[in-house]
Amino acid sequence: MAFNDAGRSWYQTEIRAIQSAGLFKDERFICSPQSAEIEVEFPVGTAVKKCINICANNYLGLSSHPAVIQAAHAGLDARGYGMSSVRFICGTQDIHRQLENKLSEFLGTEDTVLFPSCMDANAGFFEACLNEKDVMIADRLVHASIVDGMRLSKAIQDSYKHSDMAHLEEKLQEHQDKRFRMIITDGVFSMDGDLAKLDEIVSLAEKYDALVFLDDSHATGFIGKTGRGTHERCGVYGRIDVITTTLGKALGGASGGCVSGRKELVEMCRQRARPFLFSNTVAPVIVAGALKVMELISASTERRDKLEWNAAYWRGLLTEAGFDIKAGESPIVPVMLYNAKLAQDFARDLFTEGIYAVGFFFPVVPKGQARIRTQLSAAHEKHHLDTAIAAFRKVGTKYGILGLGRKELIEKFGM
Amino acid sequence: MDDLTKLVCDYVAKEYLVEGSEVTETMTLISSGIVDSFSMVPLKRFLEKKCNIKIADACATAEAFDTVQNIVALVRRVQNG
Repeated sequence: MAFNDAGRSWYQTEIRAIQSAGLFKDERFICSPQSAEIEVEFPVGTAVKKCINICANNYLGLSSHPAVIQAAHAGLDARGYGMSSVRFICGTQDIHRQLENKLSEFLGTEDTVLFPSCMDANAGFFEACLNEKDVMIADRLVHASIVDGMRLSKAIQDSYKHSDMAHLEEKLQEHQDKRFRMIITDGVFSMDGDLAKLDEIVSLAEKYDALVFLDDSHATGFIGKTGRGTHERCGVYGRIDVITTTLGKALGGASGGCVSGRKELVEMCRQRARPFLFSNTVAPVIVAGALKVMELISASTERRDKLEWNAAYWRGLLTEAGFDIKAGESPIVPVMLYNAKLAQDFARDLFTEGIYAVGFFFPVVPKGQARIRTQLSAAHEKHHLDTAIAAFRKVGTKYGILGLGRKELIEKFGM
Repeated sequence: MDDLTKLVCDYVAKEYLVEGSEVTETMTLISSGIVDSFSMVPLKRFLEKKCNIKIADACATAEAFDTVQNIVALVRRVQNG
């Protein structure tokens, strides 16, 4: 047997190393639907505890929306549980095409193809659409799935300093001899919550004859006045060549993702993107739920408006309490603590106070940038945020950090 | 500081640091998180182009790229065959 005692021992040592480096990820079991209030079993085996959830990607509060659940039930009855096939054999239903058309309409693109996840969309796109004659120039803080996708492509890899347009311009000049230049960025960066300078990126793309690739997973459904995404917010709606996004966050939060954009690029994904070709189709029940989500968010901006209000209110509460937060406008609000142990202790104490939030530290964020990443939802009511800030104040007072800026926090706790 | 060291220092400062930051030969780049495996790619390509060498992927380790001193030593090893 290959997995002998020596093999087992090697893996056990690796796992212990992860634990002793403080990088081990414990799962917390949630015994309720995803919502602003959840029931959590943590540590495993302890009594279930009611908490306010302030770390989900449930931006529009649609994960457990009654109309979405009802549509999913109806889809299950009408189109079954699974397709037992990839898309191109016998896995494409009428509702898959309907959803792809709805997404194109919403995002302002020519065509869309669904993937099992946005991770898969990003992993498959670059290999399918670019080759060694091309160059990919990515913001250095793009999502890990884009980095993985770029590594799978034969195109030349390059990157520019985060949101540094002068650096991007230098790179575009450097690569004028390539066939295609593709600028790659997230719309909203998931760790800091800041927005890409998409208007400037599109201007540079036009000046230097480049394509623009946008992962708008943390924006689709709520950024921009009608929630179309970062391209709407930055005034470049209809001018992005490729948008990848997810159904796993604001758009119901189940699973699934897509590539949406110029029809030829989308068709290349249908023909050549390996995660699309060799993964099962998105389950009918999820497609049916997502169609209802698209109907809800196309008909009204009520939920994204409420999210916008919640984000502004929460940022105000944290600032007033004396926390050091990353400035911005998105519903991702990082509370900066800088020290990894402090971030872990702070999150643990918040949980004791009935607030579910998570500490992030190296290597998820750069060294010395540890934080609690809070995320708002349209499912939050004002009283949830008032309760949460009381807990943040209590824990902040315990550690003596209220009113301290970066310099003072690092002096007190180290990086 | 010799020409090769200066070349690497200048590139690292321009490519990875905020304007006005200084690079020393011994400051850690990878283990401190300034450069990661993703952003290291243009640095490798720059060295190959400027020094007219080919750095094998097996030699492009985190340790070999962790300081300017290590990078210069790597380039010299490759140049000397």
